[in-house]
Amino acid sequence: MDFLVFQYPMITLQACLDGILLGVLFALIAYGMALQWGVMNIINIAQGDLVILGGYIAYFMYLYGIHPAWGVIVAPVIMYFVGIAIYKLVINKVVDRDLFISILATFGISILFMQLMNFAFGADVVLANSGYGTTMLFDNNVVLPNSKIFSAFISIVFAICLVIYMKKSKLGRAIRATAQNARAAKILGVDTEKVYAATFGINAALCGVAGALISITFTIHPYMGLPYTIRSFMIVIVAGLGNLPGVAMSGMGLGVFEEFADYILGTEFRIGSVFLLLVLILVYRRFKLSRKREYLK
Amino acid sequence: MRLNKIILSFVSALVILFSTSVASFAKVVGDKIILGAAISLTGKYSSNGVHTQNGYNMAVDRINSMGGVKVGGKTYKFDIIYYDDESNPKRAAQLAERLISQDGVEFMLGPYSSGLTKAIAPVTEKYGVPMVEANGASRSLFTKGYKYLFAVLAPANLYLDVAIETAVELNGGKPVRIAQAFEQDAFSQDVRLGILDAAERTGSKIIIDDKLPKELNDMAATLVKVKQMKPDVLVVSGHTKGALTAIRQIAEMKVDVPMLAMTHCDAAKLSKQHGKNSQYALCASQWHKSLTYKDDFFKDGMTYAADFEKEFGYDPPYQSAESSAALLVFKDAFERANSFDQKKVRDALAATNMQTFYGNIKFAPGGQNVDKPMVLFQVMCDASGKCENKVVAPLKWASAKLIHPIPKWSER
Amino acid sequence: MNKNFILYAAILIFGLVAPFLFPAFKVQLSILCVLIVLATTWNIQGGEMGYNSFGNILFYGLGMYLCASVQVGMFFPLAEWTESGGEKTFVHTPTQFFQGMAVGLVVAALVPTIVAGLIGYSILGLRGHYFAICTLGLGVAAGEISGGIEIIGAGQGFTTPPFPNVGSLEAMGIETMKYKIIGWMISAFFCGLAGGIMGGLVGYIDSTDVAFDGREMGVFMVLMAILGGKGTLWGPIIGATIFHIFKEGFWTFFLGWQYVALGVLIVVIVIYFPEGIMGWLREKYPERFGEVVDEKDRKAQVELK
Repeated sequence: MDFLVFQYPMITLQACLDGILLGVLFALIAYGMALQWGVMNIINIAQGDLVILGGYIAYFMYLYGIHPAWGVIVAPVIMYFVGIAIYKLVINKVVDRDLFISILATFGISILFMQLMNFAFGADVVLANSGYGTTMLFDNNVVLPNSKIFSAFISIVFAICLVIYMKKSKLGRAIRATAQNARAAKILGVDTEKVYAATFGINAALCGVAGALISITFTIHPYMGLPYTIRSFMIVIVAGLGNLPGVAMSGMGLGVFEEFADYILGTEFRIGSVFLLLVLILVYRRFKLSRKREYLK
Repeated sequence: MRLNKIILSFVSALVILFSTSVASFAKVVGDKIILGAAISLTGKYSSNGVHTQNGYNMAVDRINSMGGVKVGGKTYKFDIIYYDDESNPKRAAQLAERLISQDGVEFMLGPYSSGLTKAIAPVTEKYGVPMVEANGASRSLFTKGYKYLFAVLAPANLYLDVAIETAVELNGGKPVRIAQAFEQDAFSQDVRLGILDAAERTGSKIIIDDKLPKELNDMAATLVKVKQMKPDVLVVSGHTKGALTAIRQIAEMKVDVPMLAMTHCDAAKLSKQHGKNSQYALCASQWHKSLTYKDDFFKDGMTYAADFEKEFGYDPPYQSAESSAALLVFKDAFERANSFDQKKVRDALAATNMQTFYGNIKFAPGGQNVDKPMVLFQVMCDASGKCENKVVAPLKWASAKLIHPIPKWSER
Repeated sequence: MNKNFILYAAILIFGLVAPFLFPAFKVQLSILCVLIVLATTWNIQGGEMGYNSFGNILFYGLGMYLCASVQVGMFFPLAEWTESGGEKTFVHTPTQFFQGMAVGLVVAALVPTIVAGLIGYSILGLRGHYFAICTLGLGVAAGEISGGIEIIGAGQGFTTPPFPNVGSLEAMGIETMKYKIIGWMISAFFCGLAGGIMGGLVGYIDSTDVAFDGREMGVFMVLMAILGGKGTLWGPIIGATIFHIFKEGFWTFFLGWQYVALGVLIVVIVIYFPEGIMGWLREKYPERFGEVVDEKDRKAQVELK
């Protein structure tokens, strides 16, 4: 236990800001997961691997002399089609099945992706340099890399665009209708097959954006996907499905939680505490729900 | 109960399967000496696993094309059976077992990383199979009393304690304040122990002591603490991911620290991926191409680097060089033992005293190489932004003078 | 019945004699036995009770650490043994080794059982995928946390969600919960035991890669059970055997491609053979399973679906 973080107000502030900037990025990935979970009732274990794949797209642009920031445009376009392809090959066969089947099937996809990325890109840890500078606040006591600010900004822009798209466009409305009641939507003439494919594609595209941002801010590696899957799962559980402000809030909350866990418990327990938090939240939910059920009885 | 029939036939099929797959290899077949190796072709160590494999292959080709190994008046050639250990210790131990008891391998080469070597060593020891390993530096490998394990490298606790000693020296002999962050794996934790020892020896104080989870690619929290506490030395070790993450975030957060010491800079291609941001980083290395050791097969470091580059298309990191050296050690031992008897080869290995392009090799009773010091190099960049690793310690090979303290970011 | 007896006797004898018949495969056979135990125990919850758990690895890893710690700690200071830079070398005498192993295995089986009993009530109340993900999280957390504990390193596993029909069982009240917890504890007992044995076989425990190896062992046990046919007695055994033979026979020749193959295999199994080998056989030759196919019953089931 170490309470350094509370002894220096600047560190407290730094931890909060770092956490929020990180959390916005998590929230973007989680939003994709919430969307596809809500519409298709699929839990996608390969979510994190889609993120990493998006990161590699930005990295390769960087390698060939294009500024990696363009990755946030290119990666989602490519990833959209990757998403559609995954849907056509695997996901459409597990949509109506037991959730456990979808978890295992996407786990299979996850392993496959990890390994294919390893072959295609090598196991080296890589990153794309944006060349963005650093913002110094409060007499240089709080430092914010511009790349983190950039990635938080882009995440917000994409989230807002998506919300508008969902509200205004025909496909967006079809997606929302399917999420509410797939059978009714089908009867009313919505091509649910198409909606499912598009949803999975949009989810993959969001992962692509997030991945490009991660390669600019942190590092990527073929085997780094799973922690992102778990984080987004957790955010969705806390926020509930179809609750975008909730996803954003719980994303930032998780980011801040991680930073503080790092300072207080020690870096070695940072990832462990995230998973433990997941278990605690689930157990808490179970007791809350069972009380509610009793009440209903 | 027809079901029972199905199961019975199933069991008998199993029996047949097991009894027919008899050992298909042996230690020496015709004119070939077959060595076994489990290395990481997949998983988190696969890039270093490939460096290791390339090092082995390069030496096998070279030795075979230059006359092979002469034992009992006959010439033999090396051959290696590789398995993929998936960067997983359990798998590595299983594969070692398989290489020895099923494939009949009688001599082994090491895997990549201390953790996997620790998993394999009990197996080779159990069967009395001599293993020359080039990538397991953890000190705990050499304190277990293993008789059949020989490491061509210096133990991990020696990686960075030179850096601490240098820092104390430059501080006028006064103790320094150390911040350190190490990944949670056998190797990095051993480097940490070395630092702890050095700190105790010099009376230095460790003010930050973080352990990084294997999946973490963000060490901002550690660096914020460093900014606040202003240590004299920052030590980071976490394979290639640790090196890359540290440099990126130090540059972005403009962390000023007089000395930055790390491992795996060359494997991470630090100067290539980060350019000027990596400048002044001090790196521990088992080997550097500019060292002046010599042997008959690869001549010297520069020639080795050039040949390696021609064959594999990149500058050899020390992981490849030490792997090549392992084969030279085996060849030498076979010829001196003049036999394929495991005990005799083991004794010959223990008596090894030779020079290779990689360094002098002489094993202590624990199996570690005691005749080869670590080198420290510093990343130095010229005005055009081209960066190079230059040896700064030990002074015998130094091609540049250590720059200390590192200039502040505001002055760069 | 008589035939059954002969069959079981044959298998038992095979198990006892095999290590002497095929000494080169001793370790392989031991691992196969551990795999069978793991697949069969997973089946207790995943198959028979409909609780698809990814969390058994928690008990497996726990057992592995416990067995090893007890075996060492009984005779030597544990901290000195595990400290990676320890200069001292401790050697067990054979008596010490087997005493330690025996006590270690008992502890490795009992403690996870107790742990399962303690957490069972909270966890088993979770529904569907929440249960699965919760057990998954438990496993990963254990691995990460054990990796941070100096004296041993910890462990983690990952569990799967319960079957959808849990809702109707719930209505029956707390009684079902009792049986669920008992089933979960039995799993923990055997997983802990299996972990303890495996720790001895591997000889080296790493927190996330060996003990709480949710990504591999945690999924493999589920996969083996599903491959053979979950909810059947012989399914997990056949699944584990085929899986192990496949893995040892072909795996090593893929040299890197095995995970691509595994990924494809998982997808194919869960999509096309969710009922496994036994399920497929049963559907094809119901009479060979000694089942009296009751047309009325089957029709009723079909209608339910």
